[in-house]
Amino acid sequence: MTDSALLHPPQSWRQYFSFSTDHKVIGVQYMVTSFTFFLIGGLLAMLIRAELLTPQLNLVSRELYNGLFTMHGTVMIFLWTIPTFVGLGNYLVPLMIGAKDMAFPVLNAIAFWILPVAGTLLLSSFFLPEGSAKSGWWSYPPLSTQLSSTQGLVNGQSLWILAMVMIGISSIMAAVNFVTTIFWMRSPGMTLFRMPIFVWTTLSAQLMQLIFLPSLTGALLLLLFDLDFGTHFFQPAEGGTPVLYQHLFWFYSHPAVYIWALPAWGVFSEVIPAFTRNPLFGYRSVAIATFSFVPITGVVWVHHMFAGATPGWMRTLFMFTTELVAVPTGIKVFAWTATIWKSKIHLDSAFLFAVGGVVMFVLAGITGVMLGALPFDLHVNNTYFIVGHFHYVVFNTIVMAYFAAIYYWFPKITGRMCSEGWGKLHFGLTFLGATLNFFPMFPLGLQGMLRRVSSYDPQYADWNMVSSLGAFLLGVSTLPFLVNVIVSCFEGPIAKDNPWHATGLEWQTSSPPPKENFDSIPTVTEPPYSYGDARYCVQDPTSRY
Amino acid sequence: MTQASPRDGQPIHQNQNDESPFNLQQLRRNLPSWLQRFIPSGGGQHEDHHGKGMFGMTIFLLSESMIFVSFFASYIVLRLTTTDWLPAGVSGPEASPTVIFHSAVLVSSSFVLYFAERSLKRQQLTRFRLLWLLTSAMGIYFLIGEVQEWAGLDFGLTTGMGGGTFYVLTGFHGLHVTTGILLQFIMLGRSFLPNNYENGHFGVSAASLFWHFVDVLWLILFSLLYLW
Repeated sequence: MTDSALLHPPQSWRQYFSFSTDHKVIGVQYMVTSFTFFLIGGLLAMLIRAELLTPQLNLVSRELYNGLFTMHGTVMIFLWTIPTFVGLGNYLVPLMIGAKDMAFPVLNAIAFWILPVAGTLLLSSFFLPEGSAKSGWWSYPPLSTQLSSTQGLVNGQSLWILAMVMIGISSIMAAVNFVTTIFWMRSPGMTLFRMPIFVWTTLSAQLMQLIFLPSLTGALLLLLFDLDFGTHFFQPAEGGTPVLYQHLFWFYSHPAVYIWALPAWGVFSEVIPAFTRNPLFGYRSVAIATFSFVPITGVVWVHHMFAGATPGWMRTLFMFTTELVAVPTGIKVFAWTATIWKSKIHLDSAFLFAVGGVVMFVLAGITGVMLGALPFDLHVNNTYFIVGHFHYVVFNTIVMAYFAAIYYWFPKITGRMCSEGWGKLHFGLTFLGATLNFFPMFPLGLQGMLRRVSSYDPQYADWNMVSSLGAFLLGVSTLPFLVNVIVSCFEGPIAKDNPWHATGLEWQTSSPPPKENFDSIPTVTEPPYSYGDARYCVQDPTSRY
Repeated sequence: MTQASPRDGQPIHQNQNDESPFNLQQLRRNLPSWLQRFIPSGGGQHEDHHGKGMFGMTIFLLSESMIFVSFFASYIVLRLTTTDWLPAGVSGPEASPTVIFHSAVLVSSSFVLYFAERSLKRQQLTRFRLLWLLTSAMGIYFLIGEVQEWAGLDFGLTTGMGGGTFYVLTGFHGLHVTTGILLQFIMLGRSFLPNNYENGHFGVSAASLFWHFVDVLWLILFSLLYLW
């Protein structure tokens, strides 16, 4: 430990249960809360896969099955993926740009505390007499607005809408905070093109929240009026337009995919240079490619409605804009590959997760390009191929990146090292489990197995068995991670300030950082990722701590 | 500094981006001063609470305007496609002289607010409070007028698509007017605190920016609902 860490002793655990305005405390609060929701969402997923283990309907009712996949999607997207990267960004962005805190610390704390309330509200809907929302995380009307005669104003669907709007308000608060912080709080010399890629990805993702999220909020408010107050904006039988809801919904929910994925790509761009001892290849191109997602993502949403009532010219137009996404994505993948090329690789857990994530992401990207092509999309519409592609993005890329981030920044956050052995075991189980779970969905989809079904034709039984066993393995793979993180928090070896010999301002302060991050505001004089500079070299490779 | 260990090797490519072609600071200096206030300076300006706060407020309002954009788009689409706008015999909202007068009061309150803010900058505190209170009063007058109009209409929330969109749009806007008035009351109360303006008057600037935003929205809403 350095002197500064002794001067600023870490506060007690109680701060994590208080209305703290320290961005580091809030970051940890976000990550721990959302990981709890990740475990709940994972249990829901294992219930779904347990039902799909055999072709017959034998574990849950069809009604409950619909509720399970609806809540699995909602929890994983809105209570896990988005908030956990908001938490990671909360912890890292002020450190990376050399700021004392976020721009609006109180707003930051309010934004966090909305989250557990909204999450509890959402999950409590399982205990309503008629159960939770059952119309999928997209909640298309008129299905989502059909109530049975016994349901009153408080029903699963209206609680779902309420929770979504609350999470939306929290996300907008966080987004205002991030964008202002990144534009206004950079330390002297930290020009835009000296910011680490993780800051670029957070900036782009949060700008997307600001621009696109209100469209979902607007759609949900109109849906709530249809559901509970007797209007019929989206009711086709009474002159309404259900397609309008789909446009408003996907105008946010397609960009949302990049809101989840961009921070994950930011993590790859931080971890890969640190463990290959090379500067990130083509830093400036990667930064511009990152930012280019903000405009591109606003003009692709209709590809979610290719099979709906979409005019031909619109389908063709949006097919071309969709394939355009492959350009900045390709730039990123090539940049990571070129960074690894001819380097001295250090195979630590963080690097394994990052490279594992990139490899899986290539498959996710290729199937994405396939789905963007209109004829192929119509062919596999509503099959497991879509589910496979989606989970290759969200689990095999984004969750892998999340684990890479935890192994990489754990010493900075806790001041202690994780166990490498347990980390590698965790990686092996996760990579195997994820592949077994999600790869069979591609052949299943090509053979024509429909999604959102609780029972299916026996011809699909074999691949489903593999997929379900993979899901249970994924459940098991979480255990070594939990053991590793919890034990290392208390018993792990004390970490140095910069155990990975990495560049970046966050590694130049103590581990964990003092209350206001730096003893004095640092001045930046060099570009990011200056690996190869003698200051970052590993002097004694056998000792990290 | 010690030499690099053999394990690390030498980097095979270097970043050469020390000089940024996109220099935000330089860009900012070339802009008119009123626009400069909203453009972030960055680089050690973190103590500029007013600039930071106004930037945050501006991007929040841009985001908030996207909800209205989605509502306006929904209104236009529904009006153009629906088979059931309003039942026969129901006239729909009318740009009567009363409605036009109330709208004029709301929009002109923005100008009163401008002079209130200017008085504060010139440190005429009493004048500021009076003009500020007048703005709130004009906003409340508009809200009362809207409720009276609602009460006198011959269609309800569930009467066709026209009824639903009318009440949701005016109601959502009315909610924003109410929020704006509440913000004004908070700022009025805080103006009586000693040393309230020692760190600038970000709260007053933010509340008035919000009010101008609400007024501009009403102009668009009025054109859509009453003139189309």
